[in-house]
Amino acid sequence: MRPLRLSLTTLATVAALTAVTACAEKSDAGGDGAIRVTATDTSCEVSKKEFPAGHLQLAVENKGSKVTEVYVLFPDDRIVTERENIGAGTKANITAEIKAGDYEIACKPGMKGKGIRQQVKATGGGKTAKRDPKLDAAVAAYRQYTLEQAEETLPKAKVFAEAVKSGDIEAAKKAYADSRIGWERTEPVAESFGDIDPKVDLREDGLEEGQDLEKDWTGWHRLEKALWQDKKITPRDKELADLLISDLTVWQKKVGTAEITPTSMANGAKELLDEVAAGKVTGEEERYSHTDLVDFKANVEGAEKSYTLLKPVASKNDAELTAELDTQFAALNTLLDKYRADKTSYVFTSYDKVGEPERKELSDAVNALAEPLSKLAAAVVK
Amino acid sequence: MRDENCSKGPAGDLGAEATTAQAKTAADSRAPSRRSVIGWGGAGLALGAAAAGGAAVALRGTDGTEPAGSAGAAVPFHGAHQAGIATAVPDRLHFAAFDVTTRDRAELIRLLKDWTAAAALMTEGRPVGEGAFGGLPEAPPDDTGEALGLKPSRLTLTIGFGPSLFTADSGGGRSGRDRFGLAGRRPEALVDLPKFPGDNLDPARSGGDLCVQACADDPQVAVHAIRNLARIGFGRIAIRWSQLGFGKTSSTTPEAQTPRNLFGFKDGTRNVAGTDGAALDRHVWVSPEAGPAWMAGGSYLVARRIAMRIESWDRTSLQEQEDVFGRDKGEGAAVGKAKEHDEPFLKSMLPTSHVRLAHPDSNGGAKMLRRGYSYTDGTDGLGRLDAGLFFLAYQHDVREAFIPVQRSLSRADALNEYIQHVGSAVFAVPPGVQDKGDWWGRELFS
Repeated sequence: MRPLRLSLTTLATVAALTAVTACAEKSDAGGDGAIRVTATDTSCEVSKKEFPAGHLQLAVENKGSKVTEVYVLFPDDRIVTERENIGAGTKANITAEIKAGDYEIACKPGMKGKGIRQQVKATGGGKTAKRDPKLDAAVAAYRQYTLEQAEETLPKAKVFAEAVKSGDIEAAKKAYADSRIGWERTEPVAESFGDIDPKVDLREDGLEEGQDLEKDWTGWHRLEKALWQDKKITPRDKELADLLISDLTVWQKKVGTAEITPTSMANGAKELLDEVAAGKVTGEEERYSHTDLVDFKANVEGAEKSYTLLKPVASKNDAELTAELDTQFAALNTLLDKYRADKTSYVFTSYDKVGEPERKELSDAVNALAEPLSKLAAAVVK
Repeated sequence: MRDENCSKGPAGDLGAEATTAQAKTAADSRAPSRRSVIGWGGAGLALGAAAAGGAAVALRGTDGTEPAGSAGAAVPFHGAHQAGIATAVPDRLHFAAFDVTTRDRAELIRLLKDWTAAAALMTEGRPVGEGAFGGLPEAPPDDTGEALGLKPSRLTLTIGFGPSLFTADSGGGRSGRDRFGLAGRRPEALVDLPKFPGDNLDPARSGGDLCVQACADDPQVAVHAIRNLARIGFGRIAIRWSQLGFGKTSSTTPEAQTPRNLFGFKDGTRNVAGTDGAALDRHVWVSPEAGPAWMAGGSYLVARRIAMRIESWDRTSLQEQEDVFGRDKGEGAAVGKAKEHDEPFLKSMLPTSHVRLAHPDSNGGAKMLRRGYSYTDGTDGLGRLDAGLFFLAYQHDVREAFIPVQRSLSRADALNEYIQHVGSAVFAVPPGVQDKGDWWGRELFS
């Protein structure tokens, strides 16, 4: 699951995202061959809905009152190309090379949400791969989920970061686990951006020989150690809190470019269980805060989301498998519920209070789910 | 380490070829390790054929001339008794005890059927399911693949049912509920072992609802078998504990020489021979009259992890070592005797000697078929070898064999200074899987 367009990373700085780049480019909208996209706060008109594959040019005009952005999307919602920060009353050009096939053009007034969509088609030329619209829909919905998770994570992470910056250890401790839930739910996608994961989710033992603990160790777990073990917040920790937010902002911007396929969704679900088995069941992940069960629950929820989206296809191909998965998801969730008083909250028993026999029981339940889950990909592509 | 369940049966009723070959190996201190003996086609042929009790032994390989008992051969999976009890003891073991996690009787039955089908394939040297490669690239293969290209390696897979399967007890961390409606079918002979003096049992290495004993000439083949069965079972079972073993410490083939344990002594010289039908019927197989009906042709297995205090033993004088066992270290002869197989004169031995206490004559004739293995799990963090004997003994009734013998040993055996029992389990081992339509435990559940 590599990001499709690495070039996007050049855009991905906080400055670029927030600066107003109104009308930065000379407009040749309406020029030969360009497709006009007229955006308002409530509409997204496209001058041609069918065009030849190859060099695509969009001439965008924002006639609305909000800053908007325009995307060209694959049927599974992966971004082909995009342009952000098109200010009210300004114009912008977008270009892309596209193969024959179905696409969507989306305008996002206010740069939020799923956007206003138009179905378009590139015709002729190369063959288009046969796609199952049900699976495209599953991937699109999952991508939307990962976007939502990233969007919802940022405000929670900001609460955490603000608490750190204000030197309030107790408030920071309280906000810590919550700020990680969205990341943990979508970890396989989040991790696919190889440059962000080590910045935000590295554990102390992940450092290499020669790396500096003070300089090179950043992210949640560094702050976790400060709060629970060092029990103090240094000026460096306050810097790290800011850095965490900027790194998570980059993550949020990249999610749309992640390459997601039905099988990567299925295997990603299994990988989330692997994450549980490798780090959470052992208590290694949250060694200072002992909030492992929160991550555990979030990993399971993320896996369940993938599964639920793929289930309509999988159950047709292998009803026995989906019946088994339903049973095992329910069993693991029931087991996890034993460790929280309120089934709607994410306050779980501190993992250092969970004894060896109980950890074995959790581990057994993870095995019971992960083994059939490893067969989901086969059931999806059958 | 239990020993001297001696039989009157002569040891030399095998082909001279086999006995001579084996005798040479062990007698010559510069001989290759015992492991290499497995590769000896000639000796293996005679031993393996004998162990199969005259039954046809499946041959593998293209030339068709492969010796039946050599490292490559397959041991038939189907038969009146489960393989892995009276069949020849290969040199490697992976033993696993499982907890059944499903509460659904139908699920348990389905597991046993799945396991039987996989076990039949693996003992023939074939991968399980759709194999280890060639399937969908997006999906993990059915078979884990580490036994690809390896021969069947005399793999035997033997299943047992623990007391907790019949009525769950605290040992399994569950309430004493009759989960599968089997309480009424629990054999009387499947008793919970009493606590013996000196026991230091670790619950994490004891008990289990099910066990599978995998024996093979190649450790990778044995590990592969347990790993695949565990994988098939996830969701229905969970591994409770498992044990790797190497260097069999006793033999079901009456060889001229007995393998040595990690104390360097021969122990188990007069084991029940896999070829001695009368002794098997009397001491190992459950008779139809003994009941219950579903156990006829089965046996009872006691598994004990016996830690050895290796470093202390190694600092013990030769005289004391020999006194403790009641044998000499070189030949393995009992006190005052010349040859390993000479009948011991018990009264000439110290009353605390291991051989004297374990001898059937000291235990009302009690005998077991032992197929234990040495183990070492590395070191214990204090630099001491974490090693010992993984004792496995089959008998027709635990109450008449293991319990009385161990009771007398645990009270008085001089060896107790150097050993400690740290794990324990007992299982009812059902009769063999008759044919392709049959499955492990069918009679118990029908």
